[in-house]
Amino acid sequence: MTAPLIEGRDLVLSFGNERVLDQVSLAIHPGEIITLIGPNGAGKSTLVKTLLGLQKPDSGEVVRKQGLAIGYVPQKLAIDQVLPMTVKRFLTLTRSVSRAECEGVLAQVGAGHVIDAQMSQLSGGETQRVMLARTLLLRPHLLVLDEPTQGVDVSGQAELYRLIDEIRHELDCAVLMISHDLHLVMAKTNQVVCFNRHVCCHGQPETVRQHPEYRSLFGVREADAIGIYTHEHDHEHDLSGHVVAGCGHDHSHDHHHHAHDHVTTVKEGAETNQ
Amino acid sequence: MMDDFLFRAILGGVLLAVVCGPFGAFIVWRRMAFFGDMLAHTALLGVALGLLIGVDIRIGMIATCLVAALLLSYGQRQARIGSDTVLGMLAHSTLALGMVALAFVQGVAVDLMAYLFGDILAINTGDILLLAVGGAFAFCVLAWMWRPLLALTVSPEIAAAEGIPVERLRLVFMLLMALVIGMAIKIVGVLLITALLIVPAASARFFARTPEQMAIGAGLFGAASVLAGIALSWHVDTPAGPSIVISAAAIFILSAGFAPVMRKLTSGA
Repeated sequence: MTAPLIEGRDLVLSFGNERVLDQVSLAIHPGEIITLIGPNGAGKSTLVKTLLGLQKPDSGEVVRKQGLAIGYVPQKLAIDQVLPMTVKRFLTLTRSVSRAECEGVLAQVGAGHVIDAQMSQLSGGETQRVMLARTLLLRPHLLVLDEPTQGVDVSGQAELYRLIDEIRHELDCAVLMISHDLHLVMAKTNQVVCFNRHVCCHGQPETVRQHPEYRSLFGVREADAIGIYTHEHDHEHDLSGHVVAGCGHDHSHDHHHHAHDHVTTVKEGAETNQ
Repeated sequence: MMDDFLFRAILGGVLLAVVCGPFGAFIVWRRMAFFGDMLAHTALLGVALGLLIGVDIRIGMIATCLVAALLLSYGQRQARIGSDTVLGMLAHSTLALGMVALAFVQGVAVDLMAYLFGDILAINTGDILLLAVGGAFAFCVLAWMWRPLLALTVSPEIAAAEGIPVERLRLVFMLLMALVIGMAIKIVGVLLITALLIVPAASARFFARTPEQMAIGAGLFGAASVLAGIALSWHVDTPAGPSIVISAAAIFILSAGFAPVMRKLTSGA
């Protein structure tokens, strides 16, 4: 197997007495699409910050491939009103780019009209489009998206995911996506990492979906909500429906049936990756 | 012919204002006004230490500001106490310590008012030289790290993802700020330096569409404030430092009133 682009090894991090990362190991290889899912407060963003080098782990190490270019799209970019910043200037934040190039990438993400607008006046959806346009200019090997569709309405979300997919194909880059909206994500990804301070389970979307840790983490109701978007019906209401905060192991039901590998979504335009 | 001391005051003041422009813009964007204020407070301790040890008080002020900046960059990482509390504690303890230390200085009558509110009309050629060399240095380093520092200001995550050394930049900016503040105290004093940094930048915000426009505008408004303040002081015999700050505040109020009118004019064209 090729060397990973970036790899976290046995990352441990505590804030005070609270352990936020507990022996987390995660590697992203070229071309992989990894979705990191986990409940609020699971430490997903902390893990990403640690991988990016913004947060030093107490122990463990992050190994970055030499010359690795990372494009990062945050949950939402709140550029303060006090900082005047046109979209054009934002696109040239870390490197000089011609106006024509800026116009090109903005047109590509369907945001050509905002080039001279102030960043602080863009809507949530427009901001995310501009962020994606910026990654097109960067041409990263790895695209890191932290809940990229937060604060975007539902119809806009599907469109954003379509754009992300398009950009991924154009850049031919690996993707690490953080998400807690499971519905759209599960079908787009080829590797899901279920995370709650440690890696609870990982694998193909369907494998994870069946995993007891995953089910206990999100609660049966939430876990089954994904079922709506897939073509199968395996309702095993074995738990009471409480959301269990930790990753309590529950081996009471069989989670080894891989009979259904055609995971499709009902969303238009959310085509599965090959 | 203009008096020598007036010429020095204008030269030194304008020089400082131009350096303060881009720094003030960053202080406003990064919400570090309180941090700047705190650094200025520690400078008084520098005055006392300078007098006690017998080194140039300008060196004493700059050195204490630099040490305070280092202490703070460490203190702010301690999550258990909020960073504003850390700032407040350091600011007022060092101010108090400075006052107590000054009481120990024997035989020297320290003009406290001059340090609190500045004494621009008393600056000498040595001060100007220090301002020119130190100011040029701070200005050049800031220009050199402008792009990454701006990226860091917009989003530390984006900056880190793109390989910008976030922590190092933060520290260098704090140290540069300490240097600028240490140099500025002679001119506008401990209590007014933050105003000279942030008020012109805030005025420039009304007219700027890019960060660079705001930084340049802050320099221009700052220089105008210095000139207006010295003129006021000269003609009406008001204290110079406070006059400069009042001028800066007046420019801010005018800008706030004028900006909507201008916006209407440009959008109507």
